[in-house]
Amino acid sequence: MYLAQMPSLTSLASAVPAETHGASTDVPASLQAAPLVILLPLLGAALLLLLGRRSDRWGHWLGVLMSAGAFVVGLILFVGLTGLDTGDRVYDMTLFEWIPAGTLDVSAGLRIDPLSVTFVLLVTFVGSLIHIYSIAYMEHDENRRRFFAYLNLFVAAMLVLVMADSYLLLFVGWEGVGLASYLLIGFWYHERANAVAAKKAFVMNRVGDIGLLVAMMLMLATFGSLNFSEVFAQAPEASAGIATAIGLMLLLAACGKSAQFPLQAWLGDAMAGPTPVSALIHAATMVTAGVYLVVRSAPVFESTPTAQLVVVIVGAVTLIFGAIVGSAKDDIKKALAASTMSQIGYMILAAGLGPVGYAFAIFHLVTHGFFKAGMFLGAGSVMHGMDDGVNMRRFGGLSRFMKVTFVTFGLGWLAILGIPPFSGFWSKDKIIEVAFIPVDGQEWRAWVFGLAALIGAGITAFYMSRLFFMTFTGRRRWNDGSGSVSGAGPQDGDVRHPHESPKLMTVPMIILAIGSVALGGILAWGDMFVTWLEPVTGHAEHGEPVLAPWVLIVLTLLLVLAGIALAWRQYTVADVPITPPRGSALTRAARKDLYQDDVNEALVMRPGQYLTRTLVYADKEIVDGSFMGLGAMFSRSASVWRKAQNGYVRTYAATILAGLIVIVAVVLALAS
Amino acid sequence: MELMHYIVLSGILFSIGAATVLLRRNAIIVFMGVELMLNACNLAFVTFARMHGDAQGQVIAFFVMVVAAAEVVVGLAIIVAIFRSRRSASVDDVNLLKN
Amino acid sequence: MSTGEDVLFWILAPLMVIAAMGLLFTRKAVHAAVAVVFVMISLAVLYIAQEAPFLGVVQIVVYTGAVMMLFLFVLMLVGVDASDSLVETIKGQRWIGALLGLGLVAIIVGVVVQVTFPPAVGLPADEQTNPVTLARILFSDYVFTFEVVGILLVTAAVAALVLTHRRRLEPHRGQKERADEKVARLPEGGRLVSLPAPGVYAQHNAMDVPALDAQGRPIPESISRVLRIRGQARSESSILESERDVMVEHMPDHSLLSVRADLPDTAGTDGAADAHPGPDARPDDGPPDDATPSGTESEDR
Repeated sequence: MYLAQMPSLTSLASAVPAETHGASTDVPASLQAAPLVILLPLLGAALLLLLGRRSDRWGHWLGVLMSAGAFVVGLILFVGLTGLDTGDRVYDMTLFEWIPAGTLDVSAGLRIDPLSVTFVLLVTFVGSLIHIYSIAYMEHDENRRRFFAYLNLFVAAMLVLVMADSYLLLFVGWEGVGLASYLLIGFWYHERANAVAAKKAFVMNRVGDIGLLVAMMLMLATFGSLNFSEVFAQAPEASAGIATAIGLMLLLAACGKSAQFPLQAWLGDAMAGPTPVSALIHAATMVTAGVYLVVRSAPVFESTPTAQLVVVIVGAVTLIFGAIVGSAKDDIKKALAASTMSQIGYMILAAGLGPVGYAFAIFHLVTHGFFKAGMFLGAGSVMHGMDDGVNMRRFGGLSRFMKVTFVTFGLGWLAILGIPPFSGFWSKDKIIEVAFIPVDGQEWRAWVFGLAALIGAGITAFYMSRLFFMTFTGRRRWNDGSGSVSGAGPQDGDVRHPHESPKLMTVPMIILAIGSVALGGILAWGDMFVTWLEPVTGHAEHGEPVLAPWVLIVLTLLLVLAGIALAWRQYTVADVPITPPRGSALTRAARKDLYQDDVNEALVMRPGQYLTRTLVYADKEIVDGSFMGLGAMFSRSASVWRKAQNGYVRTYAATILAGLIVIVAVVLALAS
Repeated sequence: MELMHYIVLSGILFSIGAATVLLRRNAIIVFMGVELMLNACNLAFVTFARMHGDAQGQVIAFFVMVVAAAEVVVGLAIIVAIFRSRRSASVDDVNLLKN
Repeated sequence: MSTGEDVLFWILAPLMVIAAMGLLFTRKAVHAAVAVVFVMISLAVLYIAQEAPFLGVVQIVVYTGAVMMLFLFVLMLVGVDASDSLVETIKGQRWIGALLGLGLVAIIVGVVVQVTFPPAVGLPADEQTNPVTLARILFSDYVFTFEVVGILLVTAAVAALVLTHRRRLEPHRGQKERADEKVARLPEGGRLVSLPAPGVYAQHNAMDVPALDAQGRPIPESISRVLRIRGQARSESSILESERDVMVEHMPDHSLLSVRADLPDTAGTDGAADAHPGPDARPDDGPPDDATPSGTESEDR
């Protein structure tokens, strides 16, 4: 009956711009199903984990069912929201009394508004597709059922994160996705490297979590509450220092979760997990949680221009960093991971620009979710066909053997480049345009960050094209075992028989490719998406960019085409060497992730180890040593004093007499 | 005459007795030094009794004598007992508590 | 206070000091004891000079007479000729002793000299004699102390007994054991009864004349072994003969004569003498053979 109320396109956008306002707690009937969104995947995870091996044969279908069910409920919520006035689209639904602790009275509840529903749809839709993909991808793995349990757990936790109505509940979801990420990265934990990568991801996330905890503590101390409604209402009155502190701590948390500089080192290693994990968690959803946090905390950030500037700087640095690293990676998944890092840098950059950028950050987040997930699934398909090989120097010319993969991957590639009319163009170019708008009249900011975004786009084009060409075009660099026939490729190395993937894998890829193509255009029609988000982000009157928008579009396109051409020349026309050439210093540095691990080790790990070693040493030497030393000192001094007892009575008599004389002399001296 | 002289004499005798205790090794001679010290004290008591006109000094001296006698009895018995078992009357030999 | 006392003091004091130094420096323990005796007697004299005659006498009787004598007894027990070597064994003790002794003297004299003593009051000159005064104080103010000191003396006596008590190491040899030993020694020629004390039955007291036992028989062992070996002991028969001669001459009625069976009946003896020659008429032997190997013949003078 709710679907009968067909949402017209116009009802998504309203003629009158809506202002952000507080949430209403009177949740209409159409939105009452919200808890179901979380409960279904949670139930799936619980069942699959508790039933254990008994559910091995049908577990994956249950996982898919729960995820798809959550998507259906999400759709109901979406329809319900669109049926409401744009001014009435923010709701806080209280579920139960959670922590009644005197002044800290937190109840668990859900916030249903356009932002959260957007995320719900993204997570459940892409998530369900990846669930289906995983049925075939993990077919030969005996732990497939456990994999689906963890996937469901992840979906549930992510939904808690995006639907929470307080920072505390958000933190529960935050930790939950961190846990799911750890479990999934280290899914094949029998390989030590995978376990180490999972640990690294978790520990670096923990550093970010400290930021969130400190921010929550500050909020509690300043505002007395952790609920969004109360915090956002009081945020404008907070002192600049407090607001900046909260903002920076929230940024730290976002950096940890979204792999932004300086907490970006874990994302490359996280590719040790199965490819569906990389697609879902480390491309489309978990890593975007940081962006969600920043955008959700908009009222806090708007009170502190300093923190906003830091956010923008972090985004700019990361997008360049990721782009440089991605240009030198030969592992297809690691290159895609660097690309994710870079694209999220774009989103963070946009989110730091204030109300003008929030909507575009989310827009790019949604489109990125589609094309990046699609590309990751494509990479998984390539790996599947190449016996799980990931070295792109051993790919080449695969377009003939994996046509569907080639096409879907290609569409995603075009989208990320920002070629119109694919979806990336609509979102990324808008970000570049917004980056060029001076904030508070400071033109240098527009130039610096705008140019950074622009150049980043060029480098993105280069390395994504490099990835695409190295994999699919050019001559084959793999051994097909057909003997030394000319043009057959090198005869060394493992024999590969690339083939297309089964339908269960290709169909999700196709759907995602459709999204990569069309979604951007659809959502940009009439600023539909921006207005849809306005109840949350607020309407922003933005100034003009320092360069005219059409100039920016042309410049971007030119850079992109240059990047494509460069990559074509180097990786399709020319022969790609199988052994990586030495390359320039920058290339070598980029291969080593711009020394991020060395820096982390030197700055944090080694001092930490020294600290613990020092503490152990101090404990042993100082604490133990002090009382042992006290005992030793006593026994040593006693053995010295012992010699005064020579056993001779006459010595003792002499001592007595001497004492007597001394006492009398002292008394004499004192008395006189 | 100056009664101080008696006191000084008493002091000198006391010191000589003390030096005997410190310097001689034969237990009996050491004991005799102790007796000398006690006698020096007696002299001082008697002198003070005379000085203050109070006979209590003499009473105390009397008690000192009695106690000294008892002490000599016991002390010599100990020396005899030790001599019987060790065949030596030197105080330096009773150094078992050394160190 | 008076010049007589002055003179007394100035004579005695240096002597006492010298005697005390003697105690410190003599090598022989007995010399030290004598020096101490001298000091104590001088002290008694000084007490008497200081209006404490009772104490002075007690000093001599108890201290000198009992305590110092006790010292001397123990010295003899321990070894009166044991001389202490004056070599010092403990390092530095000599210097320490000298230093401390001198230091003590200096301290005491220093203290004393600084005090101004009131002039001697002297004991109250009432009718009581010194012992009575002392007794009055002793039994009124200090009676408890007195009793306790009495207990102390008893304790000291018991202590002396306990300390010098020797433990019996062998079983006690009482009268029965001694008698058994004597009987056991009989086969080897031991004697059961003890010999009479010298001179009990003696007729002569010359060294070469044997003593007589209770039955009038001479005991050869009573002559010195040397004389027996030399053969200068006189035999009984000659002794008896000379005896008889004498007795006949001087005491014809002596009962002993009448008992002798070998004597001629010259004294008008009753038949009782003949009636029982008895065991008394045992023929005299000369000295037993074991004593005189070759001098048997030459014994007759």
